[in-house]
Amino acid sequence: MPVHAPAGVGHLRGTQSFPDAARGALADTQLRRNLGGATATIRAKRQAVVDEVDDWEQLREAGSALKADVMARLPELLVQLEENVTARGGVVHWARDAAEANRLVVDLVRATGVDEVVKVKSMATQEIGLNEALEAAGIAAWETDLAELIVQLGHDTPSHILVPAIHRNRAEIREIFLREMPDVDPDLTDEPRVLAMAARAHLRRVFLRAKVGISGANFAVADTGTLSVVESEGNGRMCLTLPETLITVMGIEKLVPTWQDLEVFLQLLPRSSTGERMNPYTSTWTGVTPGDGPQTVHLVLIDNGRTAVLADEVGRSALHCIRCSACLNVCPVYERAGGHAYGSVYPGPIGAVLTPLMTGTTGHDDPNASLPYASSLCGACFDACPVRINIPELLVHLRAKGVDAERGGIPSGQDLAMKAAGWAMGSPGKFALAERAAGLSRVLGRGSSLPWPASMWTGARDLPAPPTETFRQWWARERG
Amino acid sequence: MNAREEVLARVRAALDGSTPPPPVPRDYATTGTHPDVVGLFAERVDDYRAQVHRVAARDVPATIAGLVGDGRVVVPAGLAPPWVPRGIVDTGFTALELDEFDAVVTGCRVGIAVTGTIVLDGAADQGRRALTLVPDHHVCVVRADQVVETVPQALHRLDPTRVLTFISGPSATSDIELQRVEGVHGPRRLDVLIVG
Repeated sequence: MPVHAPAGVGHLRGTQSFPDAARGALADTQLRRNLGGATATIRAKRQAVVDEVDDWEQLREAGSALKADVMARLPELLVQLEENVTARGGVVHWARDAAEANRLVVDLVRATGVDEVVKVKSMATQEIGLNEALEAAGIAAWETDLAELIVQLGHDTPSHILVPAIHRNRAEIREIFLREMPDVDPDLTDEPRVLAMAARAHLRRVFLRAKVGISGANFAVADTGTLSVVESEGNGRMCLTLPETLITVMGIEKLVPTWQDLEVFLQLLPRSSTGERMNPYTSTWTGVTPGDGPQTVHLVLIDNGRTAVLADEVGRSALHCIRCSACLNVCPVYERAGGHAYGSVYPGPIGAVLTPLMTGTTGHDDPNASLPYASSLCGACFDACPVRINIPELLVHLRAKGVDAERGGIPSGQDLAMKAAGWAMGSPGKFALAERAAGLSRVLGRGSSLPWPASMWTGARDLPAPPTETFRQWWARERG
Repeated sequence: MNAREEVLARVRAALDGSTPPPPVPRDYATTGTHPDVVGLFAERVDDYRAQVHRVAARDVPATIAGLVGDGRVVVPAGLAPPWVPRGIVDTGFTALELDEFDAVVTGCRVGIAVTGTIVLDGAADQGRRALTLVPDHHVCVVRADQVVETVPQALHRLDPTRVLTFISGPSATSDIELQRVEGVHGPRRLDVLIVG
């Protein structure tokens, strides 16, 4: 049996279903304005730099195929990575789940004797709830990415993979800094430059004294043991370079087979995520380099539900994700509901498939069971995905799995609707009858909602106005 | 079973009986066709709001002197000595000591024209990574023959077992309303001298 990510540790499951959480977000006009502006900007930037690349589709095909190859050869590639990291002076650790990974990292930090660490933004450590585990162990974890710092100081949770504080505007960020940074200039304005410089000053001393850094990894190269972090602000370089000890926490799927294969992903990732030809900084390191950077280097490889995703032959491609967030920025549902509605550190279209695959679901009351329905299936996410993950197909696959899992009990509204549709579409005569009935609804009333139980459907969707004439009626009139 | 064995066993079980994927198509471009690769590099570096200076070899010291002014300058041990006569050679300064320098001058390993990127690999003329990170101003000297057009060409020239830093413009953030702000934790000023 596949082993899912355990409940009760980390951030992969919210407390509310997506429709309930989204309802609150939809009422927040400030949030919608912040998100609408940000996603429109980033969509335009991405499109401009993607259009520059003549071989973009060939790169996407190569990225997709490379990731499929990695999944198929994962056991040998993981062992190869471990061998190469170890041969170059690094130490590799394995963790079955979030709790084990947290214990490992806490023990590694404790062994250094310090009570604070600097962290470069990492989806993996957010996923496992590492900051909370460190805090419980009396270790202060400083998030150093500006957006992540805004989230941390605001006692908030991230709402976007790339721009975790995308839901905050400059005025809100100024308020958070004034309240939470003890040494900040009280005359701080809300100019983005001024706010960024306040963060620089705030973190500078912490960086210069830090003894332990914690990072994620964007890519790990199996045939060399090289790890890489892709970033913009230089906080990543600070965390990877200045401390004596570096602990990198990485999902087991983030491999590329060879060094040269990085040429595909280093072209796809920056253009898809920040809409730049290249992000300001990419750092790569292979084990320990004498005289340069941390002299103690650890790599923690975590499963935490990934093997359960891998076991689903259709769902497996969700593990190809390189966390660029292009699918979030083009998604009409994400743009309106925001990232918090998904309840997981992985929001948006990719989160809607990856999260329930990782955690499994315990029936339709599980908030994560609602995630495959958090989509209009418009397909924009598939078009934007740099590694061609067919997210709409995965969403439909998960919906079908959910329906199959609940077969045999009391029929749901969906079951009844599908049965009715199946009956109506069973023969041409019945279909014509149903069409006439649909046309009749024009006469009966033009309300935008249907009576119960169909009101559960129209509660989240507009009821389309039936056409004045069905196709069959038009055909009979024109050609009959 | 320990964690390593258990995770690997789970991976093998998950893959059991699945069909092998098709081969990886490699029909993307690895080389470029731009008629003026160094010109493209200069244009793309400039696009990142780094300052670009195209200079003859004999003008490198004067250009650097003009850029760093009266500030304290640190240099890696293997930097061509006549370039920065006033430069203080890095002898393993602590992070706090490095923070006292105004500027750092280094060479580089590779320039990537399409993306406007310089890549440092820690060789003697570039020094360890902290050197180009802590001082607020980085002056990087790139020889025209170090510039390649594409990312694949650059990776081909690089040795992955060295520590590598790819730099595209000064440090920047877009985390506040997606407005780009240059200079967060890395150097706020980047000057790139293209020689030859």
